[in-house]
Amino acid sequence: MTTKIYVPCDAASLSMGAEAVADAIRESGADVAVTRTGTRGLLWLEPLLEIEISGRRVGFGPVTPDDVPGILTRGEAHPLCLGPVEDIPYLKSQQRLTFQRCGVIDPVSLDDYKAHGGLKGLTHAVAMAPQAIVEEVTESGLRGRGGAGFPTGIKWNTVLKAKAPQKYIVCNADEGDSGTFADRILMEGDPFLLIEGMAIAGRAVGATRGYIYLRSEYPHAFRTLSRAIETARAAGVLGDDVLGSGVAFDMEVRLGAGAYICGEETSLLESLEGRRGQVRFKPPLPAVEGLFNKPTVINNVLSLAAVPTILAEGAAYYRDFGTGRSRGTLPIQLGGNVKRGGLIERAFGLSLREIVEDYGGGTLTGQPVHAVQVGGPLGAYWPTALFDTPLDYEAFAARGGMVGHGGVVVFDDTVDMAQQARFAFEFCAIESCGKCTPCRIGSTRGAETMDRVIAGDGEAVNLVRDLCGVMQDGSLCALGGLTHMPVLSALDNFPDHFPNQFPGAARDAAE
Amino acid sequence: MKPQAPRFDAFDADACREIAQDLANHEGPLLPILHALQDRFGYIDQAALPVIADVLNLSRAEVHGVVTFYHDFRSRPPGRHVVKICRAEACQALGAQKLFDEVAAASAENGAVTVEAVYCLGNCALSPAALIDGDLHGRLDTTRTLDLVAGR
Repeated sequence: MTTKIYVPCDAASLSMGAEAVADAIRESGADVAVTRTGTRGLLWLEPLLEIEISGRRVGFGPVTPDDVPGILTRGEAHPLCLGPVEDIPYLKSQQRLTFQRCGVIDPVSLDDYKAHGGLKGLTHAVAMAPQAIVEEVTESGLRGRGGAGFPTGIKWNTVLKAKAPQKYIVCNADEGDSGTFADRILMEGDPFLLIEGMAIAGRAVGATRGYIYLRSEYPHAFRTLSRAIETARAAGVLGDDVLGSGVAFDMEVRLGAGAYICGEETSLLESLEGRRGQVRFKPPLPAVEGLFNKPTVINNVLSLAAVPTILAEGAAYYRDFGTGRSRGTLPIQLGGNVKRGGLIERAFGLSLREIVEDYGGGTLTGQPVHAVQVGGPLGAYWPTALFDTPLDYEAFAARGGMVGHGGVVVFDDTVDMAQQARFAFEFCAIESCGKCTPCRIGSTRGAETMDRVIAGDGEAVNLVRDLCGVMQDGSLCALGGLTHMPVLSALDNFPDHFPNQFPGAARDAAE
Repeated sequence: MKPQAPRFDAFDADACREIAQDLANHEGPLLPILHALQDRFGYIDQAALPVIADVLNLSRAEVHGVVTFYHDFRSRPPGRHVVKICRAEACQALGAQKLFDEVAAASAENGAVTVEAVYCLGNCALSPAALIDGDLHGRLDTTRTLDLVAGR
């Protein structure tokens, strides 16, 4: 009997040699049928091979091509056998809503997508009035997953109410934050979900065109999305007559060009229009005057990907996950110096300790965990003393941090927090769009001033603090406006890393 | 697996005009045109700017402004191998700065290898990461990176 084997083909598994593993299976001559999938998100196990044994998918990993013949002959007796993949505690303890199909299905097979519950949300949506769709999304409590956490339903309602001959749905897939890869995993593992979410958004607000603005650092996602869009168009999911509803919606993928700032929504729109990605003033909001000055829904990949579940299962189903005002699930991405890095989709409220220690298993290097940065390069650095903080929007904001896009980056005790603070300025200098002087000039001056601090000039710390305030108050967008977060959190939470931090006290003692 | 070295055509103004005209009818065509040119020629030649400006009815300064804004667009042809090493925080946590410095130093004398910094390749759970001739690699060190570039 032909054995079914699943080999991932997302960028992360390919980076660890999944293609060579697939080749080895083919060359083995065994009677097998190989399906390429996305990743389950258990990234430390990649390449994670799955073999269907007695109706269950049994995992093996991480697999090298040399392991393949042994695995094929010994099966579950092979030392790399992990048991049924869905019973691996890392995965079993998760609440997979958005990522339920990632790693399970062939990402570019629409039949596979439908067989696993796909298109249910869109099928409901085309039979609903636009206002009812917007209300359902508002009801669900979904907040923008890009970082700012703005209620998605309210944004949609503004676009729905706007009168214009053309409206747009723009998906922000410029996932530039270091430590985040959930968008990538989704786009490479379940692209039809994003397409479906955008088509629902189009139906909800009366938009007929959509763009996915994808960062150029994701060439694999570009290929998968492009193929999926073609397939969806051929099957009538996109086009002039979406699922036979008589309503049109079509879309295309556009590539960014290596500018972090284009993850900021107004820069992204400028870039889509073919200009320098410089931030726009708000108001007008993009919902009123967005792409080509037309009303535009601009949402993150994960926000749009959450929508089909809400329309398929109902607002209450989604809202029942989560805590306080943070409803639904948050895909947490665990990376950096960590033993078991990967994707963890859970309802809001997991503590940093559970993420880093229980899921992550500590550092890869085996040294003690010293700090984590949450929310990308503009997120705060957290010391282990604050590891009981639950990961939700409000709890993080209350302690001077942010959840952002849900990236958690682990550092061991060899990290130099003064250098990390310096890098925050350096990064801002490299990526500043140049519109606001405090960001454009301040970032460079900040890196220079941090050099003085690192050289032992304690008084320069006060300058750094001042500068952070100026950048925060005087910048239009989050790049200049949030660079203070990694800098000040490093200063406040890790004072030992900054020589002579309290020069006044040091001088007093010397006198 | 030997990385496929990108092969680029020598810059040609007529081909450039053709590419620009083909894409000119898209909404917001400038970035797609620049990407298509860089895919074909490996960089954006100065001589391309007036051609694009003419096709899109923009000023040459506007086109120049866009080309220079984005880190991706090169003003000179790259080497035969392009290594984009991630220098962002998650990779820093596992020594990306050292990796970048060492690979850049080892390749400095070698015109066939272009080393560029990028800020996140989305492979943060398998750091340090790099794109070598378009292929993503994880858990890299200096030796392995140089081996991959050399096709070993």
